[in-house]
Amino acid sequence: MLKKNIHLPGDLAIWIFIFAELLVFAIFFIVYAVAKNQHPELFLLSQKSLDKTSGTLNTITLITSSYFVALSVLAMQENKVKQSVRWLLAAIVCGIGFLVIKSIEYQHIFSQGIGLDSNLFYMFYLSLTAFHFMHVVMGLIILSAVTVKAYNGGYNSQSMVGIETGASYWHMVDLVWIILFPLVYILP
Amino acid sequence: MPYKSQAVAKYYFVAAIALFVGQILFGLVMGLQYVMGDFLFPEIPFNVARMVHTNLLIVWLLFGFMGASYYLVPEEAETELYSPMLALGLFWIFLIAGALTILGYLLVPYATLAEITMNDLLPTMGREFLEQPTITKIGIVIVALGFLFNIGMTVLKGKKTVVSLVLLMGLTGLAVFFLFSFYNPTNLVLDKYFWWWVVHLWVEGVWELILGAILAFVLIKVTGVDREIIEKWLYIIIAMTLITGIIGTGHHYYWIGTPDYWSWWGSIFSALEPIPFFLMVVYAFTMVYKRRREHPNKAATLWALGTAVMAFLGAGVWGFLHTLAPVNYYTHGTQLTAAHGHMAFYGAYVMIVLTMISYAMPIIRGRAAANSERSQLWEMWSFWLMTVSMVFITLFLTAAGVLQTWLQRYTDAPLDFMTTQSKIEIFYWLREGAGAVFLIGLIVYIASFFVGSKDEERTVS
Repeated sequence: MLKKNIHLPGDLAIWIFIFAELLVFAIFFIVYAVAKNQHPELFLLSQKSLDKTSGTLNTITLITSSYFVALSVLAMQENKVKQSVRWLLAAIVCGIGFLVIKSIEYQHIFSQGIGLDSNLFYMFYLSLTAFHFMHVVMGLIILSAVTVKAYNGGYNSQSMVGIETGASYWHMVDLVWIILFPLVYILP
Repeated sequence: MPYKSQAVAKYYFVAAIALFVGQILFGLVMGLQYVMGDFLFPEIPFNVARMVHTNLLIVWLLFGFMGASYYLVPEEAETELYSPMLALGLFWIFLIAGALTILGYLLVPYATLAEITMNDLLPTMGREFLEQPTITKIGIVIVALGFLFNIGMTVLKGKKTVVSLVLLMGLTGLAVFFLFSFYNPTNLVLDKYFWWWVVHLWVEGVWELILGAILAFVLIKVTGVDREIIEKWLYIIIAMTLITGIIGTGHHYYWIGTPDYWSWWGSIFSALEPIPFFLMVVYAFTMVYKRRREHPNKAATLWALGTAVMAFLGAGVWGFLHTLAPVNYYTHGTQLTAAHGHMAFYGAYVMIVLTMISYAMPIIRGRAAANSERSQLWEMWSFWLMTVSMVFITLFLTAAGVLQTWLQRYTDAPLDFMTTQSKIEIFYWLREGAGAVFLIGLIVYIASFFVGSKDEERTVS
């Protein structure tokens, strides 16, 4: 049974945006699955060349980052502004860490002469991860704006829609990666 | 009218409507030439009529956008326009240059026009929609720069609202992407590649920002809903427009010699291009439903809602019909494209300009908020006549396009082009009929400016 007055964290607008974004990724994933189904051997062979350590590391980094954001929201609920800001900063550092690891992975791939034209698998691998990469950048911009506002005393336990909005978006970025990583890097 | 200088918009609106009439007349000529090939030949050959039809559309929409901006920006910025004189000067330059260009198309052969205008110094002519002589293109750039300067300075000296900033972003994009019309490489792939940076990134990119901003402005005015709510929607719509629209350019890159990945990118991202249009429908109707005041200008509200719905159908649904690469493989360049083009341009851009004119014109002409009951009745009749006939034009062209795809491309024994054309002739006749009704709608629309202009203003009872 649905409870009445369920609290929706963050602004309704961001949820509409999150659903639209998830739809974009969902379609991308479905098309990936269809293409993989048509060329199973090619996908399997190319997938083996991916750096799973880097991917795993990034998964841990991003989940940790999301955890920090959640802690920041919890801290703000108790009016612990400084602590909340510190967690946000920790989350941002992790997010930047993700970008760095990903860039090293790309560098490795590009140094092998692999590009969008190499084959269908690499086209998907590069497109999906690059599209997600841009979302991490976008998420970091949002988190930074939220951090600045939090630092300047813009939020408290009574007024924290903004910080929840940023956190919701960041969790979406995290969620997409949690699907993307096994789908592209692991699943045979 | 809160600011005196907003009145300059009137010139732009009147010119826009006049050129709109020209566009429709040439549309009817072409429509007839589809079935009577030598109609008006050699005076107005099909290719010239087509050029005039499409160029007039673009020019009058630009007049509309500029007029809308001159009205909108002072009111949003809460200050007079930076320079009404500049706005007026640019108006005449643009109108005369536009008229001379159209006359050039009609009076001399295109090659001669290229010669007279010294196209060989900087060749930019000869490409669909960008047929304008180089000198006209330079004129467009000058007008656009002056216009942006004027609007930008007004925003700078006044209040900066989300609506005017989004509008300014769209207008700047419009000017920037037009610069690619000067890039004319000999490599045909590159030529087509960057040609779309003008054509696609205009109509499926920056113009949508202009559309969003104008729609937001009118909705704020007619519904009285909080600006913050409308701005939030505007943000989401713009973000989705850019996410889907920019890479969505790829749906033009399937068969022109670009790398394979464009088939995937183009298909995936452009398939999502209906999302911002769908959001626009939800948002327009929600705002009107939640309205906090009854605005006496019912016609403007009708146009605003109509814009959202028709843009979604024309740009969103009809675009989606043939946007996926495997489908487009068969439908590319058939009448389906024409069907989509007609409804998308009408639904998104013609209607948003008419929405703004509907809202602003009564006020510019001295009314407090709205035209008389009788005048609005005529205007709303014209809305339905034009909109419904455009729906039929689209449906007939869609039928023609589906049949064409089937007969000429999809079957085991494909027919040749001309045999196919003769088999779908009936739909061209029907389309011409719907086009004639559209013209009647346009005449009713123009009449609405004169009918009941002495009656008392409609008030909310």
